[in-house]
Amino acid sequence: MSLTPTPLPPGLDWDAAERRTIVIVGTGPAGLTAALYAARAGLAPLVVQGPEPGGQLTTTTDVENFPGYPDGVMGPEMMADFEKQATRFGAELRWGAVTHVDLSQAPHRLVVDEATPLVAESVIVATGASAKYLGLENEKRLLGRGVSACATCDGAFFREEEIAIVGGGDTAMEEALFLTRFASTVHLVHRRDELRASQIMQDRVLNHPKVQVHWNTVVTDVVGDDAVTALATRDTVTGEPGTLPVTGFFVAIGHKPNTDLFRGWLEMDEAGYVQTHPDSTWTDVGGVFVCGDAQDHVYRQAVTAAGTGCMAAIDAERWLAERHVIDGVDTETEYHAAPAESSETGEPVEG
Amino acid sequence: MSAYITGTDANFETEVLNTDQPVLVDFWATWCGPCRTIAPTIEEIASEYDGKAKVVKLDVDNNPQTAMKYGIRSIPSLLFFKDGKPVDQMVGVVPKKVLAEKLDALGQTA
Repeated sequence: MSLTPTPLPPGLDWDAAERRTIVIVGTGPAGLTAALYAARAGLAPLVVQGPEPGGQLTTTTDVENFPGYPDGVMGPEMMADFEKQATRFGAELRWGAVTHVDLSQAPHRLVVDEATPLVAESVIVATGASAKYLGLENEKRLLGRGVSACATCDGAFFREEEIAIVGGGDTAMEEALFLTRFASTVHLVHRRDELRASQIMQDRVLNHPKVQVHWNTVVTDVVGDDAVTALATRDTVTGEPGTLPVTGFFVAIGHKPNTDLFRGWLEMDEAGYVQTHPDSTWTDVGGVFVCGDAQDHVYRQAVTAAGTGCMAAIDAERWLAERHVIDGVDTETEYHAAPAESSETGEPVEG
Repeated sequence: MSAYITGTDANFETEVLNTDQPVLVDFWATWCGPCRTIAPTIEEIASEYDGKAKVVKLDVDNNPQTAMKYGIRSIPSLLFFKDGKPVDQMVGVVPKKVLAEKLDALGQTA
């Protein structure tokens, strides 16, 4: 995607800006694992937390598939553990969000909260992904008034009420099941006649007495003055319009990568996932590495995000050592061989 | 030092409705991840606006009447009150700057 990047805000004093060896953007499993590895390598990483510190897992309940937690763990608790482990070795976490970047020269320039300049020899992008909405005007207007993208946050406000959830993946199934704890009926609205979710999750949802499935149905509008009172729907086969009398509308139609910040700087696919060099976290810009959901549209698991976070820290460490920004790293370790081609900055990158 | 006030069903009228200052009320709960996320911002705002605006944190589990009265359906919900009336509402994690600008604007119309 070739788009013009947003220019930096004028009037910042770059000569006086804080200068760091490595700046990690994001604090989900990817960012905090990168922070852990970079900190243990003695690189004293600065981690800018971002608008949703802890990432997507802070809006989940039980995480049952992260190895090392045999009894499962609460998402927010697990992220607190990640943070504790990274800071134990000297990672510095800072409140705030990176709002601008300039990756045209090394060291790279970042701006935190539109005001604080930051200079970084290397950058690890771990900005993750965020929940998507349908994009209806009334959906936005009634957000917090019955419209929600976080079942675990808001489900309890709908005790003994009829609610609807739209989506067909595992997340939608998990949220639908969670919502059955509170709602009298959960209407699952899906645009096709089959679900994308794993068989085990489908079985749990489709066999649940409180769940009513509406196949081949799309939501065309959210109805309500001050609060949601109904959904307008359409049957995708017959074209027939319909109404669902619900007070709650939960959106679980997937995620979009939080990479707008890097548009015009980093190569991305149509959906905004940052492209990496094969088997690495290298981007086309020297010294900038990407990990987690910002580059992964296939697996999107906490454990894969953590894995690529580790890779990004190792890639960054090696890159810094090759450029003599830091002392040489342990050459006994089998590091990924950096792609031998010039970066967008025009500076050669050694392979 | 905590500059914010702990809101309850019992003190809501006194602390939020019957005051000349603009009030920011954070409807939250212990089990809500994004609520924990925004908590430090709320506390910073409370300290910085001490004397100019009131910041109230209200636990929706312990104070269901107030949450119901204002139709809270998502948390964190941030409601701005002026002269006893809700004048604006924000949902989810909001940057500090946005909250500050809103309180500044409400303070000027006093």
